[in-house]
Amino acid sequence: MLAYLIRRFFAVIVMLLVITLVTFGIFFLFPKMIGTDPALYFVGKQSDPAAIEGIRQKMGLDDPILVQFGKFVVGLVAGRTYANGSDVTHCAAPCFGYSFKTEQEVWPLLTDWLPVTLSLAAGAVVLWVIGGVATGVISALKRGTVLDRSAMGIALAGVSLPIYFTGMLAIALFSDQLGWFGRPEATFADDPAKWFNGMILPWVSLAFLYAAMYARLTRATMLEVLNEDYIRTARAKGLTEPVVIGKHAMRSTMTPILTVLGLDLGALMGGAVLTEYTFSLHGLGYSAVRAISEHDLPVILGITLISAFFVVAANLIVDLMYAVIDPRVRLS
Amino acid sequence: MTDLTKTGVLGQPVVGTAPTAFLEVRDLKVHFPTEDGLVKSVDGLSFTLEKGKTLGIVGESGSGKSVTSLGIMGLHRVGQYGRQRARISGEIWLNGKELLTAEEDEVRKLRGREIAMIFQDPLSAMHPYFTIGKQIAEAYRVHNKVDKKAARKRAVDLLDRVGIPEPHKRVDSYPHEFSGGMRQRAMIAMALVNNPELLIADEPTTALDVTVQAQILDLIRDLQKEFGSAVIMITHDLGVVAEMADELLVMYGGRCVERGTAEKVFYEPRHPYTWGLLGSMPRIDREQTERLIPVKGSPPSLINIPSGCAFNPRCPYADVPKDNVTRTVRPELTEDGTRHWSACHMTHEQRTRIWTEEIAPKL
Amino acid sequence: MTETPDMKKTDTAVIPRQATDSPEVLLKVSGLTKHFPITKGLLRRQAGAVKAVDGIDFDVRRGETLGIVGESGCGKSTMGRLITRLLEPTGGTVEFEGKDITHLGVAGMRPLRRDIQMIFQDPYGSLNPRHTVGTIVSAPFKLQNVMPEGGIKPEVQRLLSLVGLNPEHYNRYPHEFSGGQRQRIGIARALALNPKLVVADEPVSALDVSIQAQVVNLLDDLQQELGLTYVIIAHDLSVIRHVSDRIAVMYLGKIVELADNKALYGAPMHPYTTALMSAVPVPDPRRRGAASGRILLKGDVPSPISPPSGCRFHTRCWKATQVCTTQEPPLLALKTGHQVACHHPENAPDQVPGDQPLPGAADAVSTVSE
Repeated sequence: MLAYLIRRFFAVIVMLLVITLVTFGIFFLFPKMIGTDPALYFVGKQSDPAAIEGIRQKMGLDDPILVQFGKFVVGLVAGRTYANGSDVTHCAAPCFGYSFKTEQEVWPLLTDWLPVTLSLAAGAVVLWVIGGVATGVISALKRGTVLDRSAMGIALAGVSLPIYFTGMLAIALFSDQLGWFGRPEATFADDPAKWFNGMILPWVSLAFLYAAMYARLTRATMLEVLNEDYIRTARAKGLTEPVVIGKHAMRSTMTPILTVLGLDLGALMGGAVLTEYTFSLHGLGYSAVRAISEHDLPVILGITLISAFFVVAANLIVDLMYAVIDPRVRLS
Repeated sequence: MTDLTKTGVLGQPVVGTAPTAFLEVRDLKVHFPTEDGLVKSVDGLSFTLEKGKTLGIVGESGSGKSVTSLGIMGLHRVGQYGRQRARISGEIWLNGKELLTAEEDEVRKLRGREIAMIFQDPLSAMHPYFTIGKQIAEAYRVHNKVDKKAARKRAVDLLDRVGIPEPHKRVDSYPHEFSGGMRQRAMIAMALVNNPELLIADEPTTALDVTVQAQILDLIRDLQKEFGSAVIMITHDLGVVAEMADELLVMYGGRCVERGTAEKVFYEPRHPYTWGLLGSMPRIDREQTERLIPVKGSPPSLINIPSGCAFNPRCPYADVPKDNVTRTVRPELTEDGTRHWSACHMTHEQRTRIWTEEIAPKL
Repeated sequence: MTETPDMKKTDTAVIPRQATDSPEVLLKVSGLTKHFPITKGLLRRQAGAVKAVDGIDFDVRRGETLGIVGESGCGKSTMGRLITRLLEPTGGTVEFEGKDITHLGVAGMRPLRRDIQMIFQDPYGSLNPRHTVGTIVSAPFKLQNVMPEGGIKPEVQRLLSLVGLNPEHYNRYPHEFSGGQRQRIGIARALALNPKLVVADEPVSALDVSIQAQVVNLLDDLQQELGLTYVIIAHDLSVIRHVSDRIAVMYLGKIVELADNKALYGAPMHPYTTALMSAVPVPDPRRRGAASGRILLKGDVPSPISPPSGCRFHTRCWKATQVCTTQEPPLLALKTGHQVACHHPENAPDQVPGDQPLPGAADAVSTVSE
């Protein structure tokens, strides 16, 4: 087990390095290929050549790509000092560089955006797991009935409708027309009650999409599990149906759901782009879209890496969780 | 296609008088509506069984033998979610109580306590995520008001009784950590944890190697003696029933075609299908005979059971009775006065002659 | 849809059933081993191996049926895949008609694929559900670039009728057939290229009793008509007794006994064979009393990853002595045509008389108490 952990840990490190290299390569080679100069982004197009050269020196933009990459990775781990003669700037670890646009360090920006994304994901996940799994189980137990069909019909709609549609609709209906919920404007620190009220619509909209997928997955898995021999055995023991379903069938049904959940959460940590944009939530997803439109390469790189980190970490956690859930996996 | 006059009474069993036998099944029918038509898995089955005795139910796949056991367990009633419900009719009397008309919760309380079951493949029949001990203890606690500790002790005792070495350690193992034979022992321990009066074993050794099969059959025999339970042994293996069963019931197309003591069925079989089974079987106790005598064709579809005698398309003697009766009239199960039942249109004399002159010498 | 009864008359019964008349060796196996490596630890070093087949020798004679019997995990199926070269042996040699085929590659094996064919257990899994019966049975012709006389379709139809299927069902799909008929399709495919050796791995164990008998009879008829040589691998000792001329009993990757049908069932020498045969339930209620003399082996077969030292059966054998734990008994012919690998055989003189019995050996088995 320990050997497995160590092996997996190394694999994660290597994978993150490869992702960093590829992203880094794309983002810093690309401007060269299309004939623009990253240094220009820093100083603005009208600057004099000396200033551009100074920035180029300071940022090390003339170094070979691998040297630049090496410095970037060292900066991530140990921090980095940019210098051009007497012009010295220190960037503390983890150093993701400076935003082209605002000339702020990227890392503090990321740590500003991350909590917004986290709170959106956390609230939504509670809603969709409870709603999706419950709907799926009930649908499976009432297979073929009107209840099952309507639930699955709604689920199909939920999977098919894009968030900018349902989100906009929700805002128009519940916020603008009925005035039940506000827009997400306050932060938790400012006013918890207002924050919560503002987050309800984003949570529900995002959760609706996922709940629909989870309901379908739960229903399919549950139906499969109910056909297993060990469910028949559980009934043959004289267990009541609540125990047969709630304990024996649910335990097996949860396995694939937890797997998908881990991966979904990992992906969401990189920002629920559409949801954040629809509700103007300034999280990672929203900021990524803005950074792309502003060609703010260091920010894009930072968000990409942090998203990749969460996806890889989620994968690892899911694999470890497997071993906890399923005793058959423990040996290998 | 489906005979409504016969199935019209399904779901409305008319309860007759209580029998004296420990278990009596009367005219049991289990039909499953499917998109392709009505599957008549069991179509009128009757038998009795006394305590301490073993009934062997023999048949090929699709003969209805496993569905019979689910019917007795009342398992057709639960787990039929949605619209596709099994239609069941007839009477099942256990200890003077009729089970088909009983409340579901009453039947549930009998399951695992008075009637227990051993399944064919213990790997898939045990939950992969719970330890053996927990699964056995659970079966005990559902019918007995004891704490977890007492239930665990009971599980260890039972594992010890069924011959699992170091039971106090193995009680915490998961099913996949056991060998096939050990798993089947654990399954038996689980079935016996409440001292059931009726044990139904559905192909209990089919998934096992022959030396392990011998161990398990020996164990079941021993336990039956110790607990005095009645046993229903469902199998396709005539060797297994010859060793285990006091009485035999041969099923074909959802019905009983022959029933009697093991001695009678093996030495004076009265149905051509039983002859076919005996002739199909290679024997380890005989020298290589020239050829096997198989039954021609394949078992019937349970949606479209042949009219008349279900066996008529495969029967070499279908034309012995006159007037095409084998293809139009379903033969009734009749007793010959020696507690030996068979369902065949041929006369007693015809069958005796065929068996003694044509079949027996070739076996 | 009924299957035609397999009462085919053999009009060309020129090939003698008993191969003893022409003991020409078709397939020769010596020292055959197959180890499946197990990796472990941080660097995934090889930590051991599943010794599925661990040094076996036998001959298959032209025209005979060699039965291979043993319990699950004894290596019989792996052995079948080795001699048909579906698996690469770890060691030893396989010779077919005097030619060493042990390490032939795919190209080198191609011509031999005509001569050596395999029939599998699962008639559902081994047929592609999307292909018609005609496509399935004619596949070997296309793979080998052979054009049978008179064209492929008539030849396939001839093969279908040979195995007792309706030739008009040429365009049907596997799911339209019953289990027994599907096994017939598998047999027809195996026979397409007129093979010399057919290796059948559990050919009837997935079938119902009455269908099983049809297929057993079919295999018998085909052998007589076509002069086939069979290696039939099965766990069912009754089936093996019925179909085999000679029988090899395997235990934990080794052949422990190899003898003529009559000799093996009449006077088995290896204690494992004795136990195995005594474990088979006899379909005769009057012999239930005889079951009380039954030898019941205790416990399970040891792991093939670390098989017991010396004789592999010594951990479960009631005759085991000191020598059994240290010296592996060689497979010796103690009678003509009767080889056994045992220091203390039954029905034959003791090979190491007077050796100190192993403590507890007498408790290794129990007998059924009636």
